[in-house]
Amino acid sequence: MNILEKENKKVVLLGNEAIVRGALESGVDFVSVYPGTPSSEIGNIFFKLSQLKKFKGYFEFSTNEKVALEAGIGASFSGLKVLVAMKNFGANVALDALAPFAYTGSKGATVIIIADDPSCHSSGQSEENSRGFAQLVHLPILEPSTPQENKEFVKQAFQLSEKFNIPVIVRITTRVAHQRSLVNLAKIKTSKTKGFFKKDKNQFITLPPRVLEMKKELFEKLEKIKNLAEKSAINKIIKNSSSHSKIAVITSGVSYLNVMEALQETKTNLAVLKLGFFYPLPEDKIKNFIKNLKKVLIVEELEPYLENEVTRLAKQVNCQLEVVGKKLFSQIGEITPDQTAQAIAQITGKKLKNKKLLEKQDNQIEIPKRMPRLCPGCPYWLVVSALKKAVDPKKVIFGGEIGCYMLLGMPSVNMQDYLFCMGSSVGIGHGIRKSTNQKLISFIGDSSFFHAAIPALINAVTNKSSLLIIILENQTTAMTGHQPHPGAPSSGEPGIKIENIVKACGVNYVKTIDPINQKEFVDTLKSFLNKPEVSVIISKKPCIQIKK
Amino acid sequence: MHTNKKINEFNLLIVGTGGQGQITLLQVLAEAAFIDQFDFKSSELHGLSQRGGSVKVHIRFGKEIHSPMIEKNKADLILGLEMQESLLARDFAYPETIFLVNKHFIPVVPGKKVSQEQVSDQLKKMNKNVFLVPANEICQKELGTSVTAGIYLISFACFKKFIPIKPQSILKAIEKTITKKHLDLNIKTFNLASKINNQ
Repeated sequence: MNILEKENKKVVLLGNEAIVRGALESGVDFVSVYPGTPSSEIGNIFFKLSQLKKFKGYFEFSTNEKVALEAGIGASFSGLKVLVAMKNFGANVALDALAPFAYTGSKGATVIIIADDPSCHSSGQSEENSRGFAQLVHLPILEPSTPQENKEFVKQAFQLSEKFNIPVIVRITTRVAHQRSLVNLAKIKTSKTKGFFKKDKNQFITLPPRVLEMKKELFEKLEKIKNLAEKSAINKIIKNSSSHSKIAVITSGVSYLNVMEALQETKTNLAVLKLGFFYPLPEDKIKNFIKNLKKVLIVEELEPYLENEVTRLAKQVNCQLEVVGKKLFSQIGEITPDQTAQAIAQITGKKLKNKKLLEKQDNQIEIPKRMPRLCPGCPYWLVVSALKKAVDPKKVIFGGEIGCYMLLGMPSVNMQDYLFCMGSSVGIGHGIRKSTNQKLISFIGDSSFFHAAIPALINAVTNKSSLLIIILENQTTAMTGHQPHPGAPSSGEPGIKIENIVKACGVNYVKTIDPINQKEFVDTLKSFLNKPEVSVIISKKPCIQIKK
Repeated sequence: MHTNKKINEFNLLIVGTGGQGQITLLQVLAEAAFIDQFDFKSSELHGLSQRGGSVKVHIRFGKEIHSPMIEKNKADLILGLEMQESLLARDFAYPETIFLVNKHFIPVVPGKKVSQEQVSDQLKKMNKNVFLVPANEICQKELGTSVTAGIYLISFACFKKFIPIKPQSILKAIEKTITKKHLDLNIKTFNLASKINNQ
């Protein structure tokens, strides 16, 4: 495995593989994750390494990102080195624990990977930009651009965390996580599994008035980290003696790569300030960079955080500076190398070389758009079939959920009327049922059930709702790569029985059915849909992709 | 046509549907590019996009590669694992782009009905460098399975010098990347593709 090769070797690594390697080279002891694209490979690899006994530390797939982070916090408080990984929405779930963690600080160095997905290649919900957490939780955020940087920045993050006792976020995007290129390896450090929780009421209890003192301490740490950022090599200026003296570029992440590509392609020589720190920003370095410029191009995806900061700093050193960012780039969607080249051409007044296009053809046929769909043989097709027999889909509201059943909204099935965050199929369904007299069916997967739907189920029962919930128990976390979950552990043990939990939540009408038994499924659907209380059908049939 | 010389930049776009093994192909090509001492970067998508939808993966290699993504109209070779997806990739082509297309048709369901013949005709009219190779058929016939059609095509492309990577590097990359369980089949596929020079 490339990821385990010896130090001083050069190997091909995927961005997420390089993150794992960076953690191993830092001697990480404790890793907890909940899968989510584009971060899933991090957990998958640690899982594999654990099974092969190549990772001597502790690894777990946690039930959701909040408990993943909390587990990590416990390990950190016990003096272990911790890595927690999630996608952007996972950080929303973990936020309740993340905010106080900034205040208490870490004991064992802790790095949190948050992976965003501009253009929502593999995300519903929203195009959330986790850079926004910086000002909310006040934690350092580093932004690597390549697999090599993924590794280096994870190591720097551990060092930073160690030095200042503060958790550090490394923020990646799809094009950084799922990029492959060469990485220089260094030595893997040994991991330990046993720490010690030294009692310290002053550090771990976030009650007022101590909590406000902690905030002060946090700001003091950040000031010191900002001074470190000013001198850090990961905030670097790329220029030479013939760089344009009045126009320059500030950028980070994958946009940096597109900028360098565009400069090379258009044969333009602009100085580039590449920011490895998103927060805290090396403000003096930025001010120095912009003070004699006429124009600065900010190449940043999504919201103009950097642009707003540069605009603010320009007022201090260069009031005439024209800061160009969202004027040329949308806040929506990833920025392509083409768009970057166009922006560079526009800002320098250069004309882009006309690209040679294919000749237009007569009678071009229209190819229908190929949308993702449920795999042939997926057990969910049986559920769809039963539903079509049991109900008039036009007369029932269907709650969508995050997972493979997101695809139940596709045209040939068309059983999806809303789609939000994990667990919300039940949560929102309850709200609709209390507000109308309409029939409603909520879909939820088994992994999602454990992740988020249990409180929603309890809420629906307690507040006397009457929705029908279909739990799709395919015994895996499929969409993200078939990870185990509490109902289907990797050890092969039985796991927590969903039916028992549903009964314990006070549901009187619950039935576990293999959807191959169409008649039983159809009859139960018809019966349960008319119940005046919450009812649950557990559709139990394994995903066809699970390796036996 | 490209010959096997040290080049500035080569952009290879692989298109197909989810589940056709694009990521494995990228892994092999990345290792092969490394063996041939090219600078390179690649870009791929996982998760939702894999569930039978359209999938494009990029690999770029040469002297100094920065962006992991290929710009519109700059793909030197478009390797299409499926015919309709190959047509849809026309935005990435310029007049001399080589289209190496698997003569394999996966209907889009649901969707307006387009016939394989219509797509084939359209492809042949794209430019003068369209090569339709029945890789699935060849592999099924000679190896008993079409699962390595992609490996067949990239090996084919190297033997035909469509990609400036040494065929031997592809073989070494296959040996390095593919799991033991499937290694034999993949090596046989590579060897099968080497026979094209006798055709």
